[in-house]
Amino acid sequence: MVARRFRLQWEPAQNAHVLLYPEGMIKLNGSAGEILKRCNGESTIADITTDLESAFETTGLMNDVKAFVALAVDKTWVVIQG
Amino acid sequence: MNAAVQPLSSLPGPPLWLLLELTYRCPLHCVFCYNPLEFERIDQELDTAEWLRVLEEARALGAVQLGLSGGEPLARDDLEIIVAEAHRLGFYINLITSGVGLNESRIAALKAAGLDHIQLSFQDSSQTLNDFLSSTRTFELKSKVAALIKEYDYPMVLNVVLHRHNIAHVEEILQMADRLGADYVELANTQYYGWAWHNREQLLPSRAQLQAAEATVQRFRERAGRPMQIFFVVPDYFERRPKPCMNGLGSIFLTVTPDGTALPCHAARMLPGLEFPNVKTTSVREVWYASTGFNHFRGDAWMKEPCRSCPEKARDFGGCRCQAFLLTGDAANADPVCDLSPHHHLVVEAVARADARGEEPAAMPMSERPLVFRSPANSSKLCP
Repeated sequence: MVARRFRLQWEPAQNAHVLLYPEGMIKLNGSAGEILKRCNGESTIADITTDLESAFETTGLMNDVKAFVALAVDKTWVVIQG
Repeated sequence: MNAAVQPLSSLPGPPLWLLLELTYRCPLHCVFCYNPLEFERIDQELDTAEWLRVLEEARALGAVQLGLSGGEPLARDDLEIIVAEAHRLGFYINLITSGVGLNESRIAALKAAGLDHIQLSFQDSSQTLNDFLSSTRTFELKSKVAALIKEYDYPMVLNVVLHRHNIAHVEEILQMADRLGADYVELANTQYYGWAWHNREQLLPSRAQLQAAEATVQRFRERAGRPMQIFFVVPDYFERRPKPCMNGLGSIFLTVTPDGTALPCHAARMLPGLEFPNVKTTSVREVWYASTGFNHFRGDAWMKEPCRSCPEKARDFGGCRCQAFLLTGDAANADPVCDLSPHHHLVVEAVARADARGEEPAAMPMSERPLVFRSPANSSKLCP
């Protein structure tokens, strides 16, 4: 799930999802925003991938999702729950 | 330059960062405050309804990070109402406070209203110097507030402004932060505006003091133990290139002062020849897109040499307009921090005077140029 210290929010003026944190903001690109908004603390990476593939009518996203989630964990945006 | 004649493609983006200076009232009297010397003359504050309208208009333009500052924002007894409305509108809300006035019932109410973050300032690690520098007895109280911030599950962010009188205490300041359970510590070297500019000769540290402080920070970062992130904001007087101040005036940052004057940075009121509209009579949209105060320093048409032809102008925007004005008398000059500026010697000389004073805080006779505390009485005396 998105780490407690961050707040994910859609910003119409920026046409993007952003991550808000104390005195700062990260503007996310389209795919990052779509993945993060599915990190709800319940969905597995497989769930998120399936949901994205059906929403965007495509396949083979698993590796992209895994790579981004690894990056997001590394940046402390996301916490993996056991 | 007028917004109406700019090509559409060069329209500025939204004011992503909104800073509301809710009041100039403050229980502290810090010698390094960036508030204007004349704050006592500016005694009309916007009322609650006016602040709420500013929030709504700015949010509609795309503002999303909100700073509530002052003065001491807790001096406003409608702070909880302002926070609740900001939260409803979707702002991420940062309270920038001395902690004075933050008791348990207020922090509970602010939490319930949706406050996201509290930044607590300390003036020093020692009670004596904290209380001397702020000209108050607040050290014990701040320590209690720090505990409340933890208790209410906020990230603990401590801010300490550094200068000649406390820079030798960086080790103790970091130990104090660790004891208080800080998650982030911002060691912000003084920026010389407002009261800090007035007191500059007393506040500017020597290069040796600065290097010693940096070495201490480095040692602390490498130590094992509880994670605590330390930001060391390098003082620009010791640099060879200027800071990209405000990311360029009018690019992302909008300040509204207690009386409703809208500024592209918190010090910009001093810049001559510009019109800074008041949000009482001008919409935030008009302020942001159609006032000279916000349009004049956008882009690079205002630049002089050496900035105009400089390949680095896209990175630092010529530095700080207020610093250029304070040091050279012309806000369109290059920030003299830049060693390409023909006025760079002004910064070099100020640092040389600080170096000559060595390590001792009191080496400069106080009688020569005493520290002046930020107080209503001193404000009236300096700016009658």
